[in-house]
Amino acid sequence: MKRPVSLALAVLVVFALLISACGQQAATPAAAPSAAAAPSAAAAPSAAAVPTTGEKPQSGGTLSFVVNAEPPSFDAHRETSFALLHPAAPHYSTLYRFDPGDLTKIVPDVAAAMPEISADKLTWTIKLRSDVKFHDGTPMTSEDVLATYNKIIFPPSGVVSSRQGAYAVVDRMEAPVKDSIVFRLKYPSASFQAGLASPWNWVYSAAKLKTDIKWYEKNVMGTGPFSYVNYVKGASWEGKKNPDYFIKGQPYLDGYKALFITDATAGVNAIRGKQAQIEFRGFTPQQRDDLSRALPNDLAIQEAPWICVNYIVPNTKKKPFDDPRVRRALTLAIDRYALGAALSKITIVRDVGGLMRPGGPFAMADADLEKIAGFSKDGKASKDKAKALLAEAGVTNLTFEFLNRNISTPYEPVAVGIIDQWKQAGITATHKVKETTAYLADLSAGNFDVGLDFNCDFLDEPDLQLAKFQSASKGGKGLNRGGYDDAKLDTMIDAQSRETDPAKRKVLVGAIERYAMDEMAYQTPAPWWFRIIPHNNKVRGWRVGSNHYTNQDLVSVWLAK
Amino acid sequence: MRRALRGVVDFVKRRPLGGAGAVLIVWMVLAAALAEVITTHDPTSNSFADLLKPPSLEFPFGTDQFGRDVFTRILYGSRTALIVGFGASLTGSTLGYFFGVVGAYVGGWVDGAIQRLMDVLISFPLIVIAIAVVAALGPGTLNVVVAITIPIIPRVARVVRSSALTVVSMPYVEATRSIGTRSARIMFRHVAPNVFAPYLIMLTAFLGQAILLEASLSFLGLGVAEPTAAWGLMLRGAGMQFLERAPWLAIAPGVAISAAVFGFNLFGDSLRDALDPRLRSA
Amino acid sequence: MRRYVVGRLLLIVPTLVGVAILTFVVMRLVPGDIVELRYAGSGAAVAQEIIDMERRTLGLDKPMALQFVDWMSGLARGDLGTSLWTGRSVGEEVMLRLGLSLELAIISTFIAVALAIPAGVLAAVRQDTRVDYVLRLISIGGLSLPSFWIGILTILALLTLFQWSPPLLFTPIWEDPVANLSQMIFPALAVGYRSSAVTMRMTRSSVLDVLRDDYVRTARAKGLSESLVVIRHALRNSLLPVVTVISIEFAFLIGGLVVTEQVFNLNGVGKLLVDAVAHRDYTLIQSIVMLLAAVFVLVNFLIDMLYVTLDPRVRTS
Repeated sequence: MKRPVSLALAVLVVFALLISACGQQAATPAAAPSAAAAPSAAAAPSAAAVPTTGEKPQSGGTLSFVVNAEPPSFDAHRETSFALLHPAAPHYSTLYRFDPGDLTKIVPDVAAAMPEISADKLTWTIKLRSDVKFHDGTPMTSEDVLATYNKIIFPPSGVVSSRQGAYAVVDRMEAPVKDSIVFRLKYPSASFQAGLASPWNWVYSAAKLKTDIKWYEKNVMGTGPFSYVNYVKGASWEGKKNPDYFIKGQPYLDGYKALFITDATAGVNAIRGKQAQIEFRGFTPQQRDDLSRALPNDLAIQEAPWICVNYIVPNTKKKPFDDPRVRRALTLAIDRYALGAALSKITIVRDVGGLMRPGGPFAMADADLEKIAGFSKDGKASKDKAKALLAEAGVTNLTFEFLNRNISTPYEPVAVGIIDQWKQAGITATHKVKETTAYLADLSAGNFDVGLDFNCDFLDEPDLQLAKFQSASKGGKGLNRGGYDDAKLDTMIDAQSRETDPAKRKVLVGAIERYAMDEMAYQTPAPWWFRIIPHNNKVRGWRVGSNHYTNQDLVSVWLAK
Repeated sequence: MRRALRGVVDFVKRRPLGGAGAVLIVWMVLAAALAEVITTHDPTSNSFADLLKPPSLEFPFGTDQFGRDVFTRILYGSRTALIVGFGASLTGSTLGYFFGVVGAYVGGWVDGAIQRLMDVLISFPLIVIAIAVVAALGPGTLNVVVAITIPIIPRVARVVRSSALTVVSMPYVEATRSIGTRSARIMFRHVAPNVFAPYLIMLTAFLGQAILLEASLSFLGLGVAEPTAAWGLMLRGAGMQFLERAPWLAIAPGVAISAAVFGFNLFGDSLRDALDPRLRSA
Repeated sequence: MRRYVVGRLLLIVPTLVGVAILTFVVMRLVPGDIVELRYAGSGAAVAQEIIDMERRTLGLDKPMALQFVDWMSGLARGDLGTSLWTGRSVGEEVMLRLGLSLELAIISTFIAVALAIPAGVLAAVRQDTRVDYVLRLISIGGLSLPSFWIGILTILALLTLFQWSPPLLFTPIWEDPVANLSQMIFPALAVGYRSSAVTMRMTRSSVLDVLRDDYVRTARAKGLSESLVVIRHALRNSLLPVVTVISIEFAFLIGGLVVTEQVFNLNGVGKLLVDAVAHRDYTLIQSIVMLLAAVFVLVNFLIDMLYVTLDPRVRTS
């Protein structure tokens, strides 16, 4: 009778050992830190890893890449998810685009040159290329561009245009001749040029839109470097080289295949097993390290600060968060530098910044930033100030729920880090994680105490990044989760938008940041996201940029043999 | 007391696998009860200086991505596991037991209605129930218990009902009925105790499954939320993400879950053998 | 007999109607809105008017009762509707995944049966011996591991040992059996092992049950060899409950492998259902839930019929 017991225990031990053995196997390479495989220090995109210059691109080959979500419809004017841009952007062109060699520069795509702007800055005339053809062989003319922009800016009723509001400055458009289009603006705008390079504004065929304005929701037909082959829902999207593409000799690839893999680990494994060469959105630091250990000779790593950030948003409609002192205490309690340094080891956030991306053209100087509540390098002193402020506001034992989205990268670690910072200042926050759809419903209904909101844009552009800060009942409707109305802030945001001198504009933006983050402490950023792209080093001609929306038409990408 | 002890000794003697299971369960309960005594670390406080430290004397199972002691979180996590396991299987099985007995005894349209309701619940995909509950109520430990309880109810009700039907048709129940004893009394005094064995068997079988389900819900982002210490969450979150860099993050909760479920299953399996070798239920 | 079959068949109707009502109501009670998710989910600024317009287009602004009637009348006409998320027909969305899910369920069931029946019989024949204990330990072990854990360890082992991982895209088995099986075999093994534990347990207790019956004793008394007794009498007569368990497991496997499909990146019905629920894609959720419920109800009906044909006692009662 004793035997079976020992037998049971023996089996149990073997079983436990088996599990740990599996882990051990994985651990062995982990223990050996290889200098070559740890390029995490490289902050800027390292040119060595992406030899775009000096090397002659080779033609041929099929690029396989991972997309970790699925597109809803095929119409980019309507959708807002990168999951449509990654597989389908190669089929289309835009008026202007971001230079694949220097992603801060806007260059013509189907436009023939940069716009001619009238002296009063209200009339923009854009010449178009005459050699652009749709995949069905018809030539592209100003009619097509006009129809496209009409659909985006003045959609007929029943047609959804997600970014219509961003073009409120446009009064009307004309296509006087076949090869040029004219935009007439209501007032001078600092961001209109960038708006014309939006990765969402694919040029559609006027003829197709005429037959059915919703034709592009279910069909694909553009002027881009690759034509559409097929799409298997839940599995893959394929494109092949457009031989009539207007830049001769490009694209270099024969075709591409986007693989839809929603599970993060499965996505990494696809690259590790060489079934895919790249994923264009971003991986976590440990996924990067795992890949570089597994593929020491086949991996290149590109990294860049990302125009994505999580905001800590107190609900100003709820007590005690209607009191600016309480909101300031919340942001003061967070030692962002310590948080950023720690989180950068485990997830995709890193740099501390204000409302504009750190390292970007509008980022506040460090010295100025450190004067803002919650951005001082002396975290201890800030926490003491936070406690004093709470006492002054008559709030003791501040306890609330912190609403978050059930996504592990980076929402979960960011929230856990912030909650711990608050805990150290005597503030108790309960982590309330909800599934994305329910989380959004709570945010928009104001059904939360303090929430962790998020924002991602395709460009360093105050108009985009400050949109969330406008009054909740006016311009910030559906975006401003704090629920406040502030006419002063609206006026400030409007003024910077009309200022076309970059230096003066930066000063205006700085004043907005001080007002919104410090004085009123409406919404304050966690450390900004940091984009990490470990990819097969055969992939060349693609550079990481500050966002995962632009530079996805694959026109300059090639595969080394 | 002594008789109870002898019963236990007898059970272990005749059912060594069940005995081994019981040892694992007792171990888990002790860990849950004595967590504060065994460890001095806080299960939720971050320590950025101690990120991802391998196992050492200070941190026997290493530290996680927030510098928290994994050993401590395993201990506190056994509380969550016990709450989820016992909470869901006790509530679910008891409700199922109730519906099964009432259906079988009362019969008629009541039985029909209960059976249809149970059929609906049992053919309803579990994942939809789970997401619905968690999305509507949020992923607190108690809500996870609710989500896991619902699918247990019809499964227990079915088994209990079919056993209760045999009891109801037995001569002594019919006899008591003819004497004029009130229905509710017969039901609780005579029918219910006689179908206690299948109830107990289902209960123990679902203990382990509930813990596994919590882990699966965690994997889908619908389980217990950070920073609460929960095994499923530890295995899914850090365990999967740092599998290669810090395998101890996955080994500890993986072994904890497997050992606990293994213990409950061993015990349940032997209990089934001991109580009723002829019980035909899935 | 005929009355029993018809009566039993009629019972399916209220069950399915119940499932329909439950799905419909539960999903609409859960907070969240597909239109809001579509736009705000990726952080875009979309005007309230656009959201309202989109909801009108999808018919989400109609009263709930009317939506339900629309759905039911569509179902009656065989029209499942279109997915709210992709705008494609629900039938098309589901059919695309059904092949993979069916195949995975079939292979897993084969593996489970191949493991469970011999193990279950052996454990019963050698009850309370070391063989019995070891077999039960192995089988209970299968029920004790989180399924995603087995999956992830399997993939990691393949990657570390062979620098190979299963293909990511589904190839139908008649097109390329090797590619198909190399994708399906590992998830099928993981699922089959777990599933075999349930079947093995039932086989064991069912065989034990029969071994105690009189005619087996008679057969033994007649001097038939032990293996003949087991195979010819015990196993055959104990099959009914085993078949029941296998069928119910099979019905579950078609839509229940949510986690496994996620880990192995399989484009199956379970993953589709999870995505649909996450999107609040009501039409798609309703159709999948109805499909899975129908399979489940039908399997149960068939089992009952099997009992009736084999067991005259049920027929008369």
